[in-house]
Amino acid sequence: MKRDPIYGIMAEFDSAQALVDAAKKTHEAGYQKIDAYSPFPIEGLAEEIGFHRDEVPLVVLIGGLIGGCSGYLMQWWMSAVDYPLNIGGKPTHSWPAFIVITFEMTILFAGISAVFGMLALNGLPMPYHPVFNVPRFSSASKDRFFLIVFSSDKKYHALETRRFLEGLAPKSVSEVPS
Amino acid sequence: MPEQYKSATDLERAPVIGPGYTFGTVTEKISAIVLTRPATNGWFIGFGIAFMLTMMLLFALGYLFLKGVGIWGVTIPIGWGFAIINFVWWIGIGHAGTLISAILLLLRQSWRNSINRFAEAMTLFAVACAGIFPAVHVGRPWLAYWLFPYPNTMRVWPQFRSPLMWDVFAVSTYATISALFWFIGLIPDLATLRDRTEKRWLKIIYGMLSFGWRGSARHWHRYETAYLLLAGLATPLVLSVHTVVSFDFAIGIVPGWHTTIFPPYFVAGAIYSGFAMVLMLAIPIRKIYGLEDFITERHLQNSAKVMLATGLIVAYGYGIEAFMGWYSGDRYDAFTLWNRLHGPYAMWYYSLLACNIFIPQVLWIRKLRTSPIALFFISGVILIGMWLERFIIVAVSLTRDFLNSSWGMYYPTRWDWMTFIGTLGMFLAAMFLFLRVLPAISIFEMRTLLPEAEVKE
Repeated sequence: MKRDPIYGIMAEFDSAQALVDAAKKTHEAGYQKIDAYSPFPIEGLAEEIGFHRDEVPLVVLIGGLIGGCSGYLMQWWMSAVDYPLNIGGKPTHSWPAFIVITFEMTILFAGISAVFGMLALNGLPMPYHPVFNVPRFSSASKDRFFLIVFSSDKKYHALETRRFLEGLAPKSVSEVPS
Repeated sequence: MPEQYKSATDLERAPVIGPGYTFGTVTEKISAIVLTRPATNGWFIGFGIAFMLTMMLLFALGYLFLKGVGIWGVTIPIGWGFAIINFVWWIGIGHAGTLISAILLLLRQSWRNSINRFAEAMTLFAVACAGIFPAVHVGRPWLAYWLFPYPNTMRVWPQFRSPLMWDVFAVSTYATISALFWFIGLIPDLATLRDRTEKRWLKIIYGMLSFGWRGSARHWHRYETAYLLLAGLATPLVLSVHTVVSFDFAIGIVPGWHTTIFPPYFVAGAIYSGFAMVLMLAIPIRKIYGLEDFITERHLQNSAKVMLATGLIVAYGYGIEAFMGWYSGDRYDAFTLWNRLHGPYAMWYYSLLACNIFIPQVLWIRKLRTSPIALFFISGVILIGMWLERFIIVAVSLTRDFLNSSWGMYYPTRWDWMTFIGTLGMFLAAMFLFLRVLPAISIFEMRTLLPEAEVKE
């Protein structure tokens, strides 16, 4: 497949409200492969650009279950199977005493899954990305808001898409080289 | 107290961020501390002192490794001594960081946004200091890894029915989750520093540390989900950690330890001392770096209220301990109470009551709750009081147990003190470095507090 020399067209906005409105209009105009960048999380913005499946909770649930089960099984196997110690005739499989470590292991594994699952689903770490080629994009981590239409979008057209974005009253529009 | 707040409710509704800030100025102001403002002489002096104390810690530990725990004041019947007192004290201090970052996040207390970052850093450093003590207290610290269940040629496993093993898991989980929580919060701010700095090598370092964060809406969505879930996981975790620490005592049968009030009152005490440490750090930081607009009087006032509330829970714990000493009819429990009030350590017990219960009651006065200097000193008193509490629990109970033939006294040596004061130095040195290399206030969460951040559908 030939790689498009243009990664997408990016519009810059100066307020969160402008970005949300623009994202909404762009998505409604039929653009599917778009993304929005902001210096802080904006509620509802991801939904506006057509993002609905957040798998992080599932990853955390699976991680927590693995942690809890392995925590309990580890203690059971070590204390009751592999190295049973008779202390005052107390049962070797004394489950109430195993609850604390089972709980801690659940939290540990769920927490690790939350962080690394989030990073993996986001495709991070990725120190280089085409959007960084736009000089003004360095403000995306400060006070500017960006909307991009990727060139891989079906409706993408170098001129028309640019004209469409210019119609959204942005501060600037620039091409993102890939 | 400034003029504009006429009554308590005015202060309650006071903004958590000073007026006139924009996304840009918030960013500049916080990142400037790291990127452009030069280190002052005061910073070098403060860091220098803290660094020397850290060296003293290493010296004390080095000598300990050469000679063994005999250089400490621990001797039968006092097997626990300073190491466990300091461990519990430091772990407790750590709790406020997680409380602020996780529990207050779930409760939508947006004022937390300006103090969560350095409170989390405080947690990490406090847990690091705490971790030293049990590791060197085991006697042969080079074998401390035996605490973990790893496959070994001796074909033995740890005893999972012991609360000391629970502690290993609770504290190591706590350290890991706190570090993750702190780091995940730093990622967007590291991206900000990457974009702000002029120096290429800093750009590369911050760029790598930020994992190439670019603030995509999809990323933010998953990020917020993960952050919220992590907060939800850290909330029961933080409550469990000091509960498990209290089990180290409560599962034992020593008089004064074997009580069910320990878990809640240890957790409350932990938050009590933790907020005191947060204030002792926040008050100088906001003054020196001119952050009064971000860490406002409302923050100080709220922290003081948390201290007042948790302090009262701690007071209730003392009350129940004393009541049960009398009501249980158990002669050893009754003697523990008598011994606290009239025994050789009575003076310490009265100091404890003064520091933890009586002096902090001045926080009912609003003028003192909003006065940084008064709060700074009251926080110091509370930290001393919470240390005394652990001293009373460990030393007083162990010196007077069931048989008076096995009674003794506990005298900490200079090595005990050097190790303890050394960890204070290590903690402060780490805080000094943190302030210079990472944003001490969460920049992206501060942006969300501005009115411009609100979006209508």
